[in-house]
Amino acid sequence: MEFKVPTMAELMAAGEEPEILFWVGCAGSYDERAQKITRDICKILHHVGIKYAVLGTEEGCTGDPAKRAGNEFLFQMQAMTNIEVLNAYNIKKIVTGCPHCFNTIKNEYPGLGGTYEVIHHTQLIQDLINEGKLKAEGGESFKGKKITYHDPCYLGRGNGVYEAPRKALEVLDAQLVEMKRCKSNGLCCGAGGAQMFKEPEKGKKDINVERIDEALETNPQVIAAGCPFCMTMLSDGVKLKDKEQEVKVLDIAEITVRANGL
Amino acid sequence: MVAQILFLVITLAAIALFSFNFRKIIRNIRLGKSADRKDQPQKRLLTMLRVAFGQSKMVVRPIPAFLHFFVYIGFVIINIEVLEIMIDGLFGTHRVFHGIGGLYNFLIGSFEILALTVWISCAIFLVRRNILKLKRFKGVEMTNWPKSDANYILIVEILLMSVFLLMNAADAKLQLLGSTHYTVAGAFPVSQYLMNILPSSESALVMIERGCWWFHIIGILAFLNYLPYSKHFHILFAFPNTYFSNLEPKGEFTNMASVTNEVKAMLDPSFVPTETEAGKFGAKDATDLTWVNLMNAYTCTECGRCTAVCPANITGKLLSPRKIMMDTRDRITEIGKNIDKNGAEHQDGKALLDDYITREEIWACTSCNACVEACPVNIDPLQIITELRRYAVMEESQAPASINAMLGNIENNQAPWKYSPADRFNWANEN
Repeated sequence: MEFKVPTMAELMAAGEEPEILFWVGCAGSYDERAQKITRDICKILHHVGIKYAVLGTEEGCTGDPAKRAGNEFLFQMQAMTNIEVLNAYNIKKIVTGCPHCFNTIKNEYPGLGGTYEVIHHTQLIQDLINEGKLKAEGGESFKGKKITYHDPCYLGRGNGVYEAPRKALEVLDAQLVEMKRCKSNGLCCGAGGAQMFKEPEKGKKDINVERIDEALETNPQVIAAGCPFCMTMLSDGVKLKDKEQEVKVLDIAEITVRANGL
Repeated sequence: MVAQILFLVITLAAIALFSFNFRKIIRNIRLGKSADRKDQPQKRLLTMLRVAFGQSKMVVRPIPAFLHFFVYIGFVIINIEVLEIMIDGLFGTHRVFHGIGGLYNFLIGSFEILALTVWISCAIFLVRRNILKLKRFKGVEMTNWPKSDANYILIVEILLMSVFLLMNAADAKLQLLGSTHYTVAGAFPVSQYLMNILPSSESALVMIERGCWWFHIIGILAFLNYLPYSKHFHILFAFPNTYFSNLEPKGEFTNMASVTNEVKAMLDPSFVPTETEAGKFGAKDATDLTWVNLMNAYTCTECGRCTAVCPANITGKLLSPRKIMMDTRDRITEIGKNIDKNGAEHQDGKALLDDYITREEIWACTSCNACVEACPVNIDPLQIITELRRYAVMEESQAPASINAMLGNIENNQAPWKYSPADRFNWANEN
């Protein structure tokens, strides 16, 4: 990266506190495709000059997939370990690029002693646009391009965040088209509830293919995502349909970075 | 006088039988574990008013919402008429409320129009189920009984409305004939067209009018007693079910207090555990679920909106959220029957998991909450699926192999994949 990503340990050593902690998540840390999104979120934070930090190697899985799979023990072990770290650093506000981490930290950590203001990166982007700190200038133009946004379940239905990602796209002056099943009626990509880590049960079709068929019906140039798991499922779907040349699957952070030439 | 006594006896017997069966359902629901749903009474009341009274979640599907609205409003408003029928039946009066004058004519006229719209709506519903054969009404769980149940309800409602209109037609004709006892009262915007098909002899008309009157009221009392055996129970339980529904974000799963105790004790040996309900982790049988889950099951009217939006079901997997609810209801009813027959300690060797709901079903869920969102009365099938998974994983260590591998990775590497925790920050070193 062109700049150094600050860690909490470094800030603490320098006697400083960040305005916001960027919770990267496991996919954002290890998955190659998601790593790009992670770096783009850092670019946005760096560009607007927000004082932020990451936990680096001190971060561990929130426990979300364990909890959805039914292993409450493992979930709470992870949660309490993370809460201890977060509280030790006196964290107040968290932004994350993963709706699963977002949901877990925001809703399930408070009961275990970890209460923070948690936002998803699309909400951060929306705030920055509203404050005039982010525009869609100086980079790739999305003007007139057909973009369809796929609602991640844990952001949309799970937490009622439907507008922020759409506002972040509206600024592009692109042509936003909705899929037939969108917002509260959005169709899952097929990865939630720990499905990401297993083969699907037998059926007629894979869920991500069902979703991609629907997305392709809108004839999009870009399918916008806001979740690393949706990213994997949607990209796999586009690949399977042999549409990689015509249709790009991009996270809203990536689109923002491109539009602003960061 | 004989008629009045007969009416009183039938009414009392019907009410007694209904309360007997109703109390059994309440007893069955109370077999569930505790759950605190007494917080935020104002918000709960508003939810109930919006979702149950206001039918706010029905509008997603406009055609059935429109038709259902007529049946619903008909049900609520025509019950005012039932009150008059009750008083007339007990005291031998006829159209006792007619004294209120113009308003009475307006009310009877409105009831007639509503009765007609209920009649038409139910007829269309029958066509949708039996002739158009909508996909939503099919599925593995839609066996003979649920299908017949739906048809019985619609046919009975059509019959009740038919006799109600026929009764008014006979009454109107008797009023024209100046028959004694048939006070001139009411307006008959619908049934006036039925007058022509009726005979003109006074005694025949009285027989028809009385026959319809008795059929109508006995039909209503019989229908009341059918409710506890039927999916139609939702007309009562939709209200408490929405009142006690989950107010937290849908993405939030409950934290298990019993686990918190153990995890805290593990992390901090000096920790003193708080009191929690002992027992197994998760649910194997219906009695391991909470009373809210069980009330959900009795509220389900098997409309299938949940299954129609379930990504697993849409793509041909075995999972159907509607089946989860129907299985839960059937199982808790079976447990209740066992208790009645053999006492509270009786075990029949069966359980909700495996004997009703298979592992394949629970592991096909993506926890996307589409079913919860779609339910017009705020039923939550996901919570039941989660509890069954909790039992499978924590009590039996029985999860699909790849799930176990993922859990092992989190335990060892702090990530669901097999990467070294030391490499977690490597992303920052690349472009």
